[in-house]
Amino acid sequence: MRIELVRRPEMSRTMMLVSPLIAVGLTVLFAAIVFALQGHDPLTGIFYFFIEPLMSSWSLEQLVIKATPLIIIGLGLSVCYLSNNWNIGAEGQLTIGAITGSILPILYPEFVSPIVAPLMILMAAAGGAAYGLVPAVLKTRFGTNEILTSLMLVYVSTLFLDWVVRGPWKSPQAFGFPITVDFNESAVLGSFPVGPLYLNASAFIALALVVVLAVVMRSTLKGFEIRVLGQSPRAGAFAGFSARRMTSFAFAFSGALAGVAGLMVVMTEIQKLQPVISPGYGFTAIIVAFLGRLNPIGILIAGLVIALSYLGGEAIQTSMQMSSKVATVLQGMLLFFVLACDTLILYRIRLVSTRSTQEQARA
Amino acid sequence: MLEAIILTVITAATPLLLAAIGELVVERSGVLNLGVEGMMVMGAVAGFAITVSTGSPLLGIVAGLVAGLAVSLIFGFVTLTLVANQVASGLALTLFGLGLSGLLGEGFVGTPGIKLPSLSIPGLTDIPYVGRILFGQDILVYVSFALVLAVSWFLFRTRGGLVLRAVGDNHVSAHALGYKVIRVRYLAVMFGGACAGLGGAYLSIAYTPLWVENMTAGRGWIALALVVFSSWLPSRLVIGAYLFGAVTILQLHAQPLGLGVPSQFLSMLPYLATVVVLVAISGNRRATRFNTPACLGAPFVPDR
Amino acid sequence: MGAGAAERTHGSVQRIRTGGGVPLLEARHIVKRFGDNVANDDVSLRVMPGEIHALLGENGAGKSTLVKILYGALQPNAGEVLWKGQPVTIASPAAARALGIGMVFQHFSLFEALTVAENIALALPKGSDMKSLSARIETVSADYGLPLKATSRVADLSVGERQRVEIVRCLLQNPELIIMDEPTSVLTPQEADQLFVTLKRLADEGCAILYISHRLEEVRAICHHATIMRRAKVVAETDPTTETVGTLARLMVGSEIGEVTRSKGTPGAPRLILKALSLPATSAFGVPLHAIDLSVAGGEIVAIAGVAGNGQSELFDAISGEREAPQDGMVTIDGQPVGAHGVNVRRRLGAAFVPEERLGHGAVPGLKLSENVVLTRHGTGEGIASGGFTRFGLAGKIVEAVTHRFDVRKGPPDPEARSLSGGNLQKFVVGREVDRTPGVLVVAQPTWGVDAGAAAVIRQALVDLARAGSAVLVISQDLDEIFEVADRIAVISRGHLSAPKPAEAMSREEIGLLMAGGAEKTAGGAHAH
Repeated sequence: MRIELVRRPEMSRTMMLVSPLIAVGLTVLFAAIVFALQGHDPLTGIFYFFIEPLMSSWSLEQLVIKATPLIIIGLGLSVCYLSNNWNIGAEGQLTIGAITGSILPILYPEFVSPIVAPLMILMAAAGGAAYGLVPAVLKTRFGTNEILTSLMLVYVSTLFLDWVVRGPWKSPQAFGFPITVDFNESAVLGSFPVGPLYLNASAFIALALVVVLAVVMRSTLKGFEIRVLGQSPRAGAFAGFSARRMTSFAFAFSGALAGVAGLMVVMTEIQKLQPVISPGYGFTAIIVAFLGRLNPIGILIAGLVIALSYLGGEAIQTSMQMSSKVATVLQGMLLFFVLACDTLILYRIRLVSTRSTQEQARA
Repeated sequence: MLEAIILTVITAATPLLLAAIGELVVERSGVLNLGVEGMMVMGAVAGFAITVSTGSPLLGIVAGLVAGLAVSLIFGFVTLTLVANQVASGLALTLFGLGLSGLLGEGFVGTPGIKLPSLSIPGLTDIPYVGRILFGQDILVYVSFALVLAVSWFLFRTRGGLVLRAVGDNHVSAHALGYKVIRVRYLAVMFGGACAGLGGAYLSIAYTPLWVENMTAGRGWIALALVVFSSWLPSRLVIGAYLFGAVTILQLHAQPLGLGVPSQFLSMLPYLATVVVLVAISGNRRATRFNTPACLGAPFVPDR
Repeated sequence: MGAGAAERTHGSVQRIRTGGGVPLLEARHIVKRFGDNVANDDVSLRVMPGEIHALLGENGAGKSTLVKILYGALQPNAGEVLWKGQPVTIASPAAARALGIGMVFQHFSLFEALTVAENIALALPKGSDMKSLSARIETVSADYGLPLKATSRVADLSVGERQRVEIVRCLLQNPELIIMDEPTSVLTPQEADQLFVTLKRLADEGCAILYISHRLEEVRAICHHATIMRRAKVVAETDPTTETVGTLARLMVGSEIGEVTRSKGTPGAPRLILKALSLPATSAFGVPLHAIDLSVAGGEIVAIAGVAGNGQSELFDAISGEREAPQDGMVTIDGQPVGAHGVNVRRRLGAAFVPEERLGHGAVPGLKLSENVVLTRHGTGEGIASGGFTRFGLAGKIVEAVTHRFDVRKGPPDPEARSLSGGNLQKFVVGREVDRTPGVLVVAQPTWGVDAGAAAVIRQALVDLARAGSAVLVISQDLDEIFEVADRIAVISRGHLSAPKPAEAMSREEIGLLMAGGAEKTAGGAHAH
């Protein structure tokens, strides 16, 4: 048996919707196998991993808190990937955004005002955008591969954060721990009741960004430009669009969103800076962007699904004494499944028996 | 002191060289596998686990090789058979490898490892200054150089190498002449996986005989940058790898000296050096004109 | 099979065939399907030893598919192939080469980064060492009047030299049959004549040639026998020397093609002016433009002839504004100097452009037709994009208008561009611009790879547009097309443009000489040096 691809005349609209579902289904199946290999009952594992975190309002709130940065970063990355700019350094832009966004509460802790939070968000966006522009400028000026440079800058940024919290910004009351002062009350985001849940303000920011980007992508010239330049730079130039300007725009935009997401994590979960602020949201958001088919609404859903896997990892750890690292394995596998299933959008898959293969297609 | 520094530079450069020579072959065939980091870290965890449980570093090396090769096959299936996007699939391989190695290695954190012994040839190894450098290395150091020579010879002196370069240059023409593009690329991807696995195993068996999660610390990505730096010529990989080995070791040696520079900034050096080197090489288009595989990263579906 | 035509000509076939006897290669009742599409439907073909055998047909008639089957690159769904009377399975190109079948591809199957010797080694069986191979290449190529240096990189060779590599690669395999797919489409008339000499010599030495073409003149000139295909079937066999171009064309197309009707135009004021337009090459493989002067008046069609790769795409980009010139005065549209302005400024002044590459330049393959309308018309001030928002509804109406006027065949109302056939997509990208009634239209290769019916529609649209007062500039490699539509003709060669002359005053020979470098000496921009 072997696999043969037959090209479809057009992209299959059905498969565009179904393929992520197949990928999630395959991941659940794969999860069951992993649980079984570790000597646990697969069904129990699936229950604790995928269902239990949805059963209490506390964990639903956690789900939203984890999904928020993933969605915000994923939205920015989708613009990059759609325009064929490979920013994989969102984790670094997140880190720098968190640092620049924290300047006010750390250096001016007595500055308490309702404008502090908006200012922080703006500064985080500026910091993330500036850091994102570095690989973009290197790409447009020198033709340097943006994949490798954006990734290298992740390591640089985390070392920089390490230095900041151990050096100049270390809190004098921290007893030697590498942390900054706690943020004042105007530098943290509050929660609002929605039905039975208390949702953090950051979730509403993420939701607003989803709506705005959905409109931009669907019915503005900018969204059209992003899609055209990603699919065919030559046709884009023919339309009068500039691929170089788009590279800078996409990196600045995704860097800004990653920076804001980094600050959201700090403002809601940690409320100070410390050497590690993100469990790899910047990388996991790559999975979110692809699982969401680079579509804003899709990314909203994908962000919740991936956030669930974080909670699921914690749940199987507490309830079944399994390693929470199963979650990262499943996330990686999910991305493979998503990419593999995307083949179905452009191709029909045919299984050919080896005998007829030998007769046919020796080429 | 100088001899000690050179010895450590060699151990820092070897894993980079091993991983990069494999990726060079992969890219020459027209495939961009960004999952080197993931394959390396799988090689590291498998190598460490088998070394510790069997007591044999040699078996550990084999395990590392097999682990790298095994995960490269997932990438091969997704990108070659199912023609998925190579960039995204390479990222998936890295994320998957980092996750799976973390899970598999959980029980080995803190376990003392067994170091791969260095060669000792009476007489030769004892020659002052150069003896240990030339004749007192562990076996993988020699393997890394042998691989560079073998790959050079294969690519430019054999018909198989000619076919591989042809496939990377123009897969449609290679297919029209009757060469099996997908098969050639599968073999290249597997070779790349095995080499990355070896490089990873070197880290956990020879460089620092320990298992630490994410212990590759970006070396897979640096190996990818080295391939660009080498402009796809094996001999230049040696220069690049040893340059990076030197930067890594020198910053380690500089840290205790103080120098008034925070250690974090010294630790940034290998990563910043990578960026600088990439910018420098991309300015020089003429050097890479003939060697950059024209089909790098492009999907191929044969018509039947 | 078109039985009538075949029967009628069969008698004469037997008479002219040398040797009678067993065919060298015979294909019987070949069927090949791609999905639901039948590319070869019961196709039979017989090639005799030492014969130059033409395989004639329009684009999409199934010639390339048949040839790929004979060369082992595709496998038929039914039918059989006989080699010297024995049934054979040609499982791969290597198997074809082992039998003695060589092939020269239309789109060269060369490896740019490799040397001539390496390219040739890849097509030969294993075991030949490079040094002796290089020596053989240089002897054989010199012997046949196709000189080559074995150590040159293919990337550095001209198109004509690349074809030599393909031919020498074939010759070194000592083939008994060489398949040539549209070999003259990339050559100047003089280079083509040189090729014919080589082909005749090969045939005299006993090597058969299967010659694929849709150029009827050359088929009549050099071929002994012709098999004609239409819509996946063989419709006739004939001796081309006994036919006229007209009768061959009828067999190939199946019906009379509407000829382009063209009244004598009266040129008005100049609407497109190029003045000392010079641009350096952008890449190592690019061509610089040297002081190009040209003026196209309303009411006329000016054509630029030339062999591919002599600066046509650079010139197109400079006129369209995809690449901006250093000075505004270098390009003038309707009196406005726009040389240093972008493509949408030029469109707003009433210019429109159709590039050579349909998919990936003129249209985005994965976007719908309505979105592809937005692609070139969002910046024209027609309201397709206003206030930053796009209006796909309005674009959809334009799709309907273009579809109707140019008879674009498409399945769903608004399909992706990639799902259209080449001819229909070309009608769409030309129609999309003509629909605006632009004052200046620049078209590159308007009917490249398009079937005769669609080509006639497109050419007629260009003529009508010009006669209505627009200035039309056609950049083409197809001399038949140029003589069919152009009022004046200029020739581009290595980035130099010859001064345009009235079409009646130009002969093919003169154009050929200009293509081969004459344009550089007679270039209108001589004063700039």
